[in-house]
Amino acid sequence: MFLKAPRLALAAAALAITGFAAPAIAADYTPSNPECIAPAAPGGGWDFTCRQVGKTMQDLGLIKQTMQVTNLAGGGGGVAYAEVVNKRDSDNDLIVAASSATATRLAQGAYPGNDMSQVRWLASIGADYGVIAVAKNSPYKDLKSLLDEVKKDPSKISFGGGSAVGGWDHLKVLIAAKADGIKDVRKVKYIAFNGGGEAITQLLAGSLQAFTGDLSETKGFIKSGDVRVLAVLAPKRLEGEFANLPTAKEQGIDAIGANWRGFYAPGKMSDAAYDFWTKEIAATYASPEWKKVMEANGLAPLDLQGADFQKFVKESVAQIQGISKEIGIIK
Amino acid sequence: MDMLAQLGHGFEVALTWQNLGLALIGCFLGTIMGALPGLGPSNGVAILIPLAFTLGLGATPSLILLTSVYYGAMYGGRISSILLNIPGDEPAMMTCLDGYPMARKGMAGEALSISGIASFVGAFLATWGLILLAPQLVKIALLFKPADYFALYALAFMTLGGVSSANQAKSAFAACIGLALAMVGVDTATGVPRFTFGEVHLYDGIDFLVAIVGLFALSEVFVFLEHRHGSADAEGHKMEIGRITPPVKMVKETAPSMLRGSVLGFLAGVLPGAGASLGSFLAYSTEKKLVDREGTFGKGDPRGVAAPEAGNNAAAGGALVPMLALGVPGSGTTAVLLAVLLSLNITPGPLLFAQNPDVVWGLIAALFIANFMLLALNIPMVGLFTRILLVPPRILMPIVAMVSFVGIYGISGSPFDLTVMILFGIVGWVLRKFDVPLVPVILGVLLGNPMESNLRRAVQISNGDWSVLVQSWLSIILWIIAIVGFLMPIIFGRVLRARMRERGDDEGALTD
Repeated sequence: MFLKAPRLALAAAALAITGFAAPAIAADYTPSNPECIAPAAPGGGWDFTCRQVGKTMQDLGLIKQTMQVTNLAGGGGGVAYAEVVNKRDSDNDLIVAASSATATRLAQGAYPGNDMSQVRWLASIGADYGVIAVAKNSPYKDLKSLLDEVKKDPSKISFGGGSAVGGWDHLKVLIAAKADGIKDVRKVKYIAFNGGGEAITQLLAGSLQAFTGDLSETKGFIKSGDVRVLAVLAPKRLEGEFANLPTAKEQGIDAIGANWRGFYAPGKMSDAAYDFWTKEIAATYASPEWKKVMEANGLAPLDLQGADFQKFVKESVAQIQGISKEIGIIK
Repeated sequence: MDMLAQLGHGFEVALTWQNLGLALIGCFLGTIMGALPGLGPSNGVAILIPLAFTLGLGATPSLILLTSVYYGAMYGGRISSILLNIPGDEPAMMTCLDGYPMARKGMAGEALSISGIASFVGAFLATWGLILLAPQLVKIALLFKPADYFALYALAFMTLGGVSSANQAKSAFAACIGLALAMVGVDTATGVPRFTFGEVHLYDGIDFLVAIVGLFALSEVFVFLEHRHGSADAEGHKMEIGRITPPVKMVKETAPSMLRGSVLGFLAGVLPGAGASLGSFLAYSTEKKLVDREGTFGKGDPRGVAAPEAGNNAAAGGALVPMLALGVPGSGTTAVLLAVLLSLNITPGPLLFAQNPDVVWGLIAALFIANFMLLALNIPMVGLFTRILLVPPRILMPIVAMVSFVGIYGISGSPFDLTVMILFGIVGWVLRKFDVPLVPVILGVLLGNPMESNLRRAVQISNGDWSVLVQSWLSIILWIIAIVGFLMPIIFGRVLRARMRERGDDEGALTD
């Protein structure tokens, strides 16, 4: 146990910084082979989540070994989900990267035979708020005028985004459209691309009138002035360099869309292990190192652990189910 | 001048003993990974990311290590194409067409060294293209709208006839199989799974690496099993290796092919979503249309090795343009590199060149270093590689099978892919029996999806108006090239057919 002392001290220090009152209790569980499954090929958001969190945890001394990252691609995360549920249901050393996309697919029944109650939801590590943007020479200056045009003639405005139809980028537009009083959201034209970058390229090429995506993938283009953000789908204005971006809410459109990132764990993980992971992910989240990672990657705060996170995921699954039924993705 | 000064600064950043050591390791590992079927550049780079992190390398050294692996894998892919008729990675597929026949003719050494030089030329020119043209080239990527992309893919398929087989109908049949396979998976334009039969592993479609390794490598093993009572072993011993360095005459002859291949490959690389496979395919098919007067392509013409190799290496350099300047990865490997940049707190995008000049110029210098190192590594190693041919097939083939299984399992870690690979192996073996070429199948699997999505995007944006497909001058030009490329072989078919009859006996050499 003495080997863990510096780690705990660090964790305690990190907790203290953010004002957590929780005392640092020695956990009676330590992973011997910490592993993080990224349910996609190397290079995507889930891969990033595993690798960055793993690296930060190791740098902070929260885990002694290198976090082994396993890429288990397929089925938009479904292969990994099925693997965890069926074969590694009681693995205490395992965490799996997840995001809004996971919740979206669970909500739409796109993981055949699986639902969100089969795993234990650990914690979030930040959120990437949705943006709706146009090219810099676009006539639309605010979200209202763009959505007014959609109301008048939906065939004129093509929204492009990096997810498939029914995916998170698509749903964000629909959440905004619904909040603005567009009744038949199925008329909103959405073009699916393989990733936000491709969609932005087509926005700049003039094929699309508007872009829907996450702030992080839009960041470079906002700074260069190539795109104009009409609205960030955040509850309030972001801090730092993006403070000048207007929210949808302040324009009278009450739409919030956060692509959260976080982890789930096998359903039969022991309580001791579950506590260990939620605590260590919380400590990672609270560290100044992680703040830097968040800032560099356009992640906004979303600090939920354990039961709170479980509840949050449940609610977002319910919200997505509602809107998916409305547009006819699910019955 | 400013640019040269910056490049000089880049070399200052890159030229340290540590960095040179990393480049050497990267080049060596990359070449090996490229040569092994199943382990392509994207896996190679992904495997080494943790190493770069664990060593605590900074931004520039990490990039040097990883781009060396990237370029190395592009070099390495050709080795197994030429020696075993098994593409080491997907862009090296076109190199099989003339590389393997050359090896069969006892010119394996020449094929390897000429393709090594072609790889160097392609990568070298592409790196210069990256330096000189990156900001302007971004505009090319912005010219291409969904309708133009569709025309580009259509061009690839329409010029397919005769590229990989003497029989256009068989090529078309093979391409249809490939296109049909590409339909498997969740349809992004509707979110509905197609042909997945409730099997979650099929939701993302069929991984083309699984298809390639099954169709080429495993079917090779099956063919060997079938003939093992024959003279397969004896043949292995008789195999001639050829010269280790290419005759000067051959280099001179193939130089124009390398240049044309480099330009086409580079442009294909710059377009996000087109990538190295399309680059090497266009380089090969253009070269065949332009210079194949005697009908020697497909039978071991050095130009048929030089053009696609220059093309795929140039495309690797070209793919860095949209990755760096737009943050849009043009290929699997650049997607991985993009992720690395992001985790090093560097955001590629329009401002990268202005904000992180150290990283960009360090990276470019690294590309030059890796490229020279690879040439220096690859030419002397030709002798070593060709020894593979001296290994009796009864030993070599089990190794091929083993590497295939390990490689594919390594990608996704799921036994399901292994089953799919075995099925592809059987299909490949059957297709070989019928003399159906395998390259169009892979091309269909690779390009079918982007072709379909772009068609649907174009028509969806225009609200169902199909005339959008021929509205821009760019798509009109592409369609004209496609139609000419399609009709030429039919109009001049008589001449071609006569030629084919002359060489009819050798046809098996390619598909066998």
